[in-house]
Amino acid sequence: MNGIINEITLISVVSLGAVGSFAAIILYMVAQKFKVVEDPRIDLVAEKLPGANCGGCGLAGCRALAEAIVKAESLEGMTCPPGGSDVMKDIASLLGLEAGDQVPMVAVLRCSGSKHNAPPKVTYDGAMTCAFAHSLFSGEAGCPYGCLGCGDCVVACAFDAMYMDAETGLPVIIDDKCVACGACVKACPRSIIEMRKKGKKDRRIFVSCINKEKGGVAKKNCAVACIGCGRCVKECKFDAITLDSNLAYIDYNKCTLCRKCVPVCPTNAIHELNFPPRKQRPEVTEQAEAK
Amino acid sequence: MKTFRIGGVHPPENKIAAHKPIEVLPVPATVTIPLSQHLGVPAVPVLGKGDQVKTGQLIARGEAFISANIHSSVSGKVLKVDDMIDSSGYRKKSIVIQVEGDEWVEGIDRDSTLVKECQLNASEIVKKVHDLGIVGMGGATFPSHVKLMVPKGKKAEVLIINGVECEPYLTADHRLMLEKGEEILAGIAIQMKALHVERAIIGIEHNKPDAIKHMSELCSHYAGITVVDLEVKYPQGAEKQLIKAAINREVPSGKLPIEVGCVVHNVGTSFAVYEAVQKNKPLIERVVTVVGRSLKNPSNFLVRIGTPVDALVEAAGGMPDDTGKVISGGPMMGKALNDLGVPVTKGTSGILVFDKDESFRKPVLPCIRCSRCLNVCPMGLEPYLLAVLAEKDRIEECELERIMDCMECGSCLYVCPSGRPLLDHIRVGKSRVGKMIRERS
Repeated sequence: MNGIINEITLISVVSLGAVGSFAAIILYMVAQKFKVVEDPRIDLVAEKLPGANCGGCGLAGCRALAEAIVKAESLEGMTCPPGGSDVMKDIASLLGLEAGDQVPMVAVLRCSGSKHNAPPKVTYDGAMTCAFAHSLFSGEAGCPYGCLGCGDCVVACAFDAMYMDAETGLPVIIDDKCVACGACVKACPRSIIEMRKKGKKDRRIFVSCINKEKGGVAKKNCAVACIGCGRCVKECKFDAITLDSNLAYIDYNKCTLCRKCVPVCPTNAIHELNFPPRKQRPEVTEQAEAK
Repeated sequence: MKTFRIGGVHPPENKIAAHKPIEVLPVPATVTIPLSQHLGVPAVPVLGKGDQVKTGQLIARGEAFISANIHSSVSGKVLKVDDMIDSSGYRKKSIVIQVEGDEWVEGIDRDSTLVKECQLNASEIVKKVHDLGIVGMGGATFPSHVKLMVPKGKKAEVLIINGVECEPYLTADHRLMLEKGEEILAGIAIQMKALHVERAIIGIEHNKPDAIKHMSELCSHYAGITVVDLEVKYPQGAEKQLIKAAINREVPSGKLPIEVGCVVHNVGTSFAVYEAVQKNKPLIERVVTVVGRSLKNPSNFLVRIGTPVDALVEAAGGMPDDTGKVISGGPMMGKALNDLGVPVTKGTSGILVFDKDESFRKPVLPCIRCSRCLNVCPMGLEPYLLAVLAEKDRIEECELERIMDCMECGSCLYVCPSGRPLLDHIRVGKSRVGKMIRERS
């Protein structure tokens, strides 16, 4: 009996061993034949990146950006919005390249059509998604360019940098958390959100309206709409403001943050952010007159 | 009784205005005629501000193949050619005309005597339908001349006439069949001549026994035209469902009815074709049902295109105090209006005034996987799945699940016990998938 068992054991061990080693040799040869040589630097670069996979760089994720960086000769045009210039400089020194200048950006909501400024005329009770509301009608207030208030941008934000203000019905962008990945810009069916330069000391001036209708029509729906009067264009000495189809637009690269356009706007459509409070104008003139 | 096989719902019929004869609504002080009243490319205006027009005069030309001419529905002076709000909820290019008298263009026969015999040949009929701006009156407003031209390599065998009117509340087609039955049949005969078909079937749902009886009697004088009595089920008025119900043929996914040898026209379109071919009258007025539970005088009105909706509501007894919603079209597929100044267009079949109780949607609750939406979908789709995929922007999967087959009948939304906005999400998905398909080619 023992002999038979031993014999069976022996045969199994030998045959399985032979099959195993044969398979191992084939696997080894295949592995050698189809070996993927990956640049070890990709892993190093990927480690430096934030790993948020937000898509803000325009690529599928952080790994894809790392591959593109290692492959590229220079870092020009490659940015990591959440990482900022610090991360890119880090990577540049690792690879011995020169990092391009990266201007910090931030998302800006170009609509002030809150429930107070643009009172709703009808009630919307469809699906709470801007994409559908946009396909259905011009909006509760009637402005075909304004914020619909269903919060597609808030859903799109992966960094918790946005929330809906229940009182105004508009989304609010938390500047400190915004990494300028651009997800909200893509999510908004009306392209209301724009990526703008963060500005010196976070100071920004922008036209908070994208309505291209004629002034009278726009004003009927919203008290703070840009009516395309062109007074800001005349006021600006730096040619930073252009007027196109009843809408003023401030070029953030030309704007010197002088704030002169803000008070001339008859509808208060131009907003200034993070500036110190203005000196009281009337007092100044009174003093001047007294002298 | 015949009907289509899969899905369908039975909403309360509420045909309140079924017994009200068609009333002619007086011409309003100004009309707003949108340049995009049809499916396809908007028409191009041929006149400008200050020009004088007569009733029936061409004011905008549909230059593309899928487009339609637009004629003035009144006589008077063009006030402006500007962006005006229409039933889409957006401002679209429109021609605003101030009414002065009612002077018609010469050559339009306004006499109501029936002209049965048509001397024109097929291509002349199609040309006339094209010139006089006839579009599908059922709601989709597809230019009719396109449907009357059978594409090369295809052959039309049956003309199916849609007298189903499966939408609750609406009674415009019903009244038209009762009052203009002779004209509709003459129109059908003209359409049969244009399509070279020998057979026409008028589909009418069983809840209109008077129309079935009336049309059947009239049909006996025409060779090849029959009436089919259909079981009441929404959405039987949809093209593919009507073909299935009337002659038991199934149109393949993504294909047109001509694939199975059918052409479907609405009774309203047949009437418009009759008026265009025999009386030279362009499509400048249509029958609109104005109805609502709280309305004093719900009725069917013959309205000039471009008349503002509030004039219709006024004629029906004024806006009730408890109004929650005004809908253009039927309650299932129609669209709530966000402005009552919007004009009646070629596709406006009804104006519904809903009271507050009927207006608002149920609160949205989670999907309980009851699969009622699957059971009622007439296209055999899975609405709950499409809605979720569309909501999550997984549009490739939406396409695989045949989202483009959805005809937006709203049956899924109607039965959902959780009040989920299924169709809203599916519509977004459809537009995104459509965009993806267009970009691919």
